[in-house]
Amino acid sequence: MTPQFLADGLIAGAMIGLGAIGVTLNYSILRFANFAHGEFISFGAYATLLIAAAIGAAFAGSAEAIGPFSFGWGIAAAGLGAMTLTGALALALDFLLFARLRQKGAAITTVMASFGASMALRALLEFAFTSRPVYFSRDLQIAMPIGFGMRVTADQIALLALTALLLAGVQALLTRTQAGRAMRAVAENPTLARVAGVDVDGVIRAVWLIGGALACASGIMLGLIVQIRPFMGFDLLLPLFAAAILGGIGSVPGAIAGALIVGVGEAAAVQIVGAEWRAAVAFLLLIGVLLVKPTGLFGRAD
Amino acid sequence: MTPDVAGLAAYASFFLSIALINALVCLGLNLQWGQTGLFNVGIAGFVAIGAYVSALLTTPASAAHWGGLALPIAAGWIGAMAAAGALSAFVGAVTLRLRADYLAITTFGVAVSVQLVALNAQSLTGGAFGIGFIPRPFESLAERPALFGLANLAIIVALVGVVYVGLERLARSPWGRVLRALREDERAARSLGKNPTRYRLQAFALGGALMGLGGAAHAHLIGFIAPENYQSSLTFQIWAMLIVGGSGNNRGAIAGAVLISALWSASGLAIGALFAPEDQARAAALRIVAIGVLLAATIVARPRGLFGERATVSRHLDKAVESAGTAE
Amino acid sequence: MSDAARRALEVDSLVAGYEPGLPIVNGVSIGADAGEIVAILGPNGAGKSTLIKAVAGLVPISAGAVRLAGAEITRLPAHTMVRRGLAFTPQTENVFASMTVADNLRLASGIVTAPLRVGRIEAMYAFFPDLARQRALLAGRLSGGQRQMLAIARALIGEPRVLMLDEPSAGLSPKLVETVFARLTEIRQSGVAIVLVEQNARAALRIANRAYILVEGRNRREGSARDLADDPDVAGLYLGGLRAAPMRQAAS
Repeated sequence: MTPQFLADGLIAGAMIGLGAIGVTLNYSILRFANFAHGEFISFGAYATLLIAAAIGAAFAGSAEAIGPFSFGWGIAAAGLGAMTLTGALALALDFLLFARLRQKGAAITTVMASFGASMALRALLEFAFTSRPVYFSRDLQIAMPIGFGMRVTADQIALLALTALLLAGVQALLTRTQAGRAMRAVAENPTLARVAGVDVDGVIRAVWLIGGALACASGIMLGLIVQIRPFMGFDLLLPLFAAAILGGIGSVPGAIAGALIVGVGEAAAVQIVGAEWRAAVAFLLLIGVLLVKPTGLFGRAD
Repeated sequence: MTPDVAGLAAYASFFLSIALINALVCLGLNLQWGQTGLFNVGIAGFVAIGAYVSALLTTPASAAHWGGLALPIAAGWIGAMAAAGALSAFVGAVTLRLRADYLAITTFGVAVSVQLVALNAQSLTGGAFGIGFIPRPFESLAERPALFGLANLAIIVALVGVVYVGLERLARSPWGRVLRALREDERAARSLGKNPTRYRLQAFALGGALMGLGGAAHAHLIGFIAPENYQSSLTFQIWAMLIVGGSGNNRGAIAGAVLISALWSASGLAIGALFAPEDQARAAALRIVAIGVLLAATIVARPRGLFGERATVSRHLDKAVESAGTAE
Repeated sequence: MSDAARRALEVDSLVAGYEPGLPIVNGVSIGADAGEIVAILGPNGAGKSTLIKAVAGLVPISAGAVRLAGAEITRLPAHTMVRRGLAFTPQTENVFASMTVADNLRLASGIVTAPLRVGRIEAMYAFFPDLARQRALLAGRLSGGQRQMLAIARALIGEPRVLMLDEPSAGLSPKLVETVFARLTEIRQSGVAIVLVEQNARAALRIANRAYILVEGRNRREGSARDLADDPDVAGLYLGGLRAAPMRQAAS
């Protein structure tokens, strides 16, 4: 067994982590497991693809790869646009579906609705794009050795850096800004938050926006490193939930820690038992956490 | 041109058999959700366990998969119920004391994992090739489709009938009354010394066992199973059946199953007739969109479904919404 | 008429409850002027807590009106109420235990414009030196008395016109209750109208100017704190915390 699994695990962990942050924020502030989160990831990737194609049609040089990376400024710009669109999709879904169910107070039914919405969204993507995998670029990336027998591609390094940046941003938002304090307040006690002057509906909107945007980033990463297909986000759902629960619901650092554990665990499993068993790792980790410490690594006792 | 009565009979009995097997699974789901408030997102996994266990127990020896026990069909079905029930009990034991969505996530994980094992543990399950030559009831009649179909339908009707009567009796029994009390007012029920977790666990396990039975019945009806039969779209369909039909209500579960099965079949036929082969996959995707929208709309607009009594869904109200719950 | 317009808080025949057809508050009217402490007393189940929760915007109101310095605020969302100058501290879970003292105050200061925030927070630290000392501590680690102080500081930070408290003495030792209530009298001096729902009627009547007694969701008695405290009927029925039933036999 080579140390390569650490590098692969780190990359996978970053991808899972971006999605897991959204899941954990959603879960702690909106109090339900959003099964449609995977579809935000898939939608984000496809949206980026479409916008990049449009930019590419308008600006000749936008598709040209920058330096050692496989993407040009077209995809980068498209990514920003897609993050906004995905956030808007999340908001729309809340407005049409979840907000109404929240009013009626039926918490577990919101989960059910999210499951139904996820199926419909996935099928819509399949309808629009077929289930054939597509790619951001056909260029093959060369993996560079970074020591200890590990190799990474330039794309992977860039995406790791992006993840670290986004993470730092979210953590700063939560701990140092008024908006972040408001979110933490709503996560702990929405009634008290109202009485303390927090516009809970505004916080909820912000959470959907941020979660959607981060999911989109995760989808772009996945699309760049692996491929884009309608089931890409859905296949990530179990690792996302496992990471969020492992890290402790509501904790952003926890979500990242959990994601890294899941990612490295999956990469190790691929080396030891084979790639086809990767998905079982998340499930086993999940069962393990629920048996041993359901509140997770950094979670509050709920 | 004389109508092909035999052909029609064969087709109709086949469709009804499938619809009633769905109803069986849906009855299991109703026990878990409608009567106990537990949200199972991995129905396909429990159905799959039942199908595979029954298939592996009853098929003759084969190089393609484990088995060779060639037990009678009834033994297969009992094994299916036991396996699915045991797995449900395990999942319940791990998650019932925790947040409600943890059960949902774990059952989801079960479905993913079962699918994974079915697909990859080739020496055990036959992998992507599945398991064939599953013994079917009334095998000797296979040459006469109409009679074969009707005979199998009779078995399934009997099965669903027995389960329905059993569940209705159970609901009115002392056990069922405790379950209902737990759902209405948990604190009061607890104060009477009833341990909620034990009752919920039993209900969840029994519901899971029924799902396994449905999977087994399906396997023996068709004679062939493969991992692709048990994906999230199956879970989704069963949920749609229960919600649209009316959750909390066994009649609603059966009615919803027949209705959604009919819609599914009819749209399947329409897709086959109206779309060129290369477009059919995409049209099938639209079908799912339609059912998804129907499901979401039902939850929002008419939570009790077509045949449900009161709004069962809202009985599982999360009263932590705005009140501090202080005695005032 | 001009008196009513100047009343800091006026609640007029309020009907409120969690379920639409089952009101807990059944036509209650109370009022509080600037610089006075008004106690709301009564047996368990009288609707005292529900009353101020409804005023604060946490319980649905089906009839009646609430006015803040003459302006109607009856069904405004809770987070808007507090910006208008109506502050509320709940009985339990009244601080954010997972956030530090400082963050609790910073969060609460969000209701005033940014330039004012630091000043308000410093003012609270000056008024509650214990909190200043423990500003980096997680609120969940505070003692019961200090938690209550933080809850009050959180409510005061917006310089409210009206401060409503739901059983601030709950769970506190008699000595701490004295301390908390002493602070409340200091706050009264700055002109805030204080509405105090209390089970501990004795202590409440000691600092209140006036009091209302509610029974089964309706007004039953009202008067100056001194009169009510001296009244043997009231003393017997409420200061001992007995149920309302015998009251029906007494002359009203």
